[in-house]
Amino acid sequence: MTQARTFPEWEGKPIDEILYRCRELVEDPSFPTVSRWREAGGKVLGHFQVYFPEEIAHAAGLLPFKLRGAPIEPTQADSRFGSYLCSIVKTTLEVVLNGSTRVDMFVTHPICDAARNMAGVWGRNFEFPCEILYLPQNANSTHAPEYLRGEYERLQRRIEGVAGRAVTPADLRRSLDVYNQNRALIRKLYDIKREAPWQIPAEDAYALMAVGALIPREEHNELLRAALPLIAQSPARAQDRIRIVFEGGFCEQPPLDLIRTIGHSCYVVDDDFMIGLRWILEDVLLDGDPLARLAQAYLERSTYSPVQHDLRKPKEKMLLERIERSRARAAIVTAAKMCEPGLEEQVAYTHALDRANIPYFVSEFEENMTSYDHLGIQLETFVENLMFD
Amino acid sequence: MSAETRADAAVVGRGNKEGARLFREWFDELTRAAEAGRGGAYVFVMGSLGELLRTFDFPLVFPEINSLQTAVRRVAHEYLNEAEDFGYSPDICGYVKADVATQMRSGALPMGRIPKPALAVFTNACNTYIKWGEIWERMYDIPTFTLDVPGSRAAGAHAAPGDADFENDRRYVAAQIRELIPHLERISGVRFDIDRLREHIAHANSMNRDWKRVLDLNRSRPAPFNALSDGTIFLGVANAQRGSAAGAKYFAELVEEMAYKSDQGIGTLTDERYRLLFVGVPCYPIFRRFTEMFTELGGTFVNSTYLWFASGGSNTGFQCRLDDPLEGLAEGLLVSVRDAMDSMFFQTQPLLDMYRDYAADGVIYHPIKSCRTVSTGLADSRRALMKAGDIPSLFIESDMMDRRVVSEAQLKNRIDAFFEGLATRRSHSIIAES
Repeated sequence: MTQARTFPEWEGKPIDEILYRCRELVEDPSFPTVSRWREAGGKVLGHFQVYFPEEIAHAAGLLPFKLRGAPIEPTQADSRFGSYLCSIVKTTLEVVLNGSTRVDMFVTHPICDAARNMAGVWGRNFEFPCEILYLPQNANSTHAPEYLRGEYERLQRRIEGVAGRAVTPADLRRSLDVYNQNRALIRKLYDIKREAPWQIPAEDAYALMAVGALIPREEHNELLRAALPLIAQSPARAQDRIRIVFEGGFCEQPPLDLIRTIGHSCYVVDDDFMIGLRWILEDVLLDGDPLARLAQAYLERSTYSPVQHDLRKPKEKMLLERIERSRARAAIVTAAKMCEPGLEEQVAYTHALDRANIPYFVSEFEENMTSYDHLGIQLETFVENLMFD
Repeated sequence: MSAETRADAAVVGRGNKEGARLFREWFDELTRAAEAGRGGAYVFVMGSLGELLRTFDFPLVFPEINSLQTAVRRVAHEYLNEAEDFGYSPDICGYVKADVATQMRSGALPMGRIPKPALAVFTNACNTYIKWGEIWERMYDIPTFTLDVPGSRAAGAHAAPGDADFENDRRYVAAQIRELIPHLERISGVRFDIDRLREHIAHANSMNRDWKRVLDLNRSRPAPFNALSDGTIFLGVANAQRGSAAGAKYFAELVEEMAYKSDQGIGTLTDERYRLLFVGVPCYPIFRRFTEMFTELGGTFVNSTYLWFASGGSNTGFQCRLDDPLEGLAEGLLVSVRDAMDSMFFQTQPLLDMYRDYAADGVIYHPIKSCRTVSTGLADSRRALMKAGDIPSLFIESDMMDRRVVSEAQLKNRIDAFFEGLATRRSHSIIAES
């Protein structure tokens, strides 16, 4: 396995510097960590949002790299797509077309009607393998775990072909363990957001989590182990801000400046930013067949998003639970522009929030938006209404 | 009247007339079901499971067809506005919004009235199907069932029966069908009868075989039918009557009609000058005019990807085994729905084959705002087609429902210019040959 150090900039730095480095990395559309990995001889599996079983690629020695667009103009990609599409589909292709980054394999998922087209579009533009991972869309079938285990086995064979080596159950268990540690650390970060949100600005918490999609998880674990105790020691004091849940960041990501704008008047105590990184809620069991365990965790011990239909997880009910669990007073219900699942879910969310008498703020965003003044004023008005209600 | 003229009168145009009649009768039945308070099975064109649902006597409701009818009858904007007032974005599927408004109007549509859903069954061939089903879950608290049919993983990566990956998918589809049946029994109060299923599958087999034959017959020059206008009527029957004896009979007679026209050299146009392929979804808000913009200049649509995917892959002609109907249905769904998805996502090679087999002169790409499933990759597909061969193509965008994004004058300008290019190309070719 390639052991390149991809993100050493934070090491030995004070917490403000660590968080600054994370923000810089998350906003860098040249993906320097991926370049470093490749320069050291490593191969990269790029996968699109929302959830991907990274453990399988990790076990084969590849760098799993979550492709989730970038705040850039899709100059070349625009000519490959129609007009009425979300930005992330275009910019994700752009960063590879324009050479900002390179991958050795690309996997997309049938999360939405646009994303499932990506295997076809990418396959026509690149020589490396581009395919769809068919995560089960009937999560309620008793046969879904067995099917998914078979699908993971198929994926593993494809990955082994790219990696040039076989993956053993022991390799997989080691990777499951690394990812279990990572999930536990991210849960701790979210504990801080929920219990003492004044200790870390919303955009910093986001950046600290989101870099995990750009570096090997071992490195992310080291980073979180170093940063979390420092954040917990922060002398910051609680301010008079509204506790809110942010919903709508499951695929296309809002710019850091947008999260910062929200943070000026609100504490983001829970959210669905990059929800794929936190899809599995508990440790994946390390005994038995690792692929079966991973499949079981995806189906049985997981969170929710607008792109998974599971009768056990009605999304508006899940949102209300998220709000209650995090003791939020209100919700910001957003959708990326042209994101069909997000826009459709907004209707269900807002109606459920109306019924529950929970205040909410509805908005749309785009990853490459640059103006936040209007949003900031609207949000402040919303918050003032709540404070003086 | 000569014998030949009498035969012409009896056969030519029968498919359109009978299709319209069957369609009206189907809708009258739905209206009666609604008035009697019966619940319908809400299904979609890609993987309707009509064969199975008929076994339980459910009235079949196709919301996609209902919605497009509002556009063809020029009232879609009223429905879209109502759904948008309810909170749905202008940027989501127009079919969904027209259906939301239809539900808010207690099922009232220009053609009659549809029953409320007793259940909804949908595949994942279009992700919006699943989100749509969630809307009915919330509106009516009804059972919904996702039949997950995994598609091809990459272009040309077709796992075949016997292959481990195909078998993994097939077992999954078969298991889901078995899980669905007890729900259907409970909701309908009808016991599952495997012989009835076998009978409906046999009708669907017959329809599949004949649909493929009809499509093949349009290779004739001149083409016996227009794949855009006539083809949409045939599609309506293929979906609404899937698995019924009436549907099977209709398609057997349609083969007869198209074979007759082919033998007699009777084309849908008297002067067929250009043979065209259509990729995408029709422009229903100006459906007749849209077709005329091509036919007035001698262009006939000889085939389309729409006739493939919107028939749920019936174009494959797949024959489900009848000795084990449940296994046969699972395999048939997997092969057919997968083909439907391939013709939307991985269409380059099939289009090149179609261009050759139908001796086409050009390809019309019509991506639409409302449908990302079909439209997302069309610009890139066109690039690939142009790279693969010297194939004239036109790329025009509008919508299947929303007249706000349909500019008739702009479409006509582009289409006229395309035909001028075709004419010039033909002149050059004649000069080069002489």
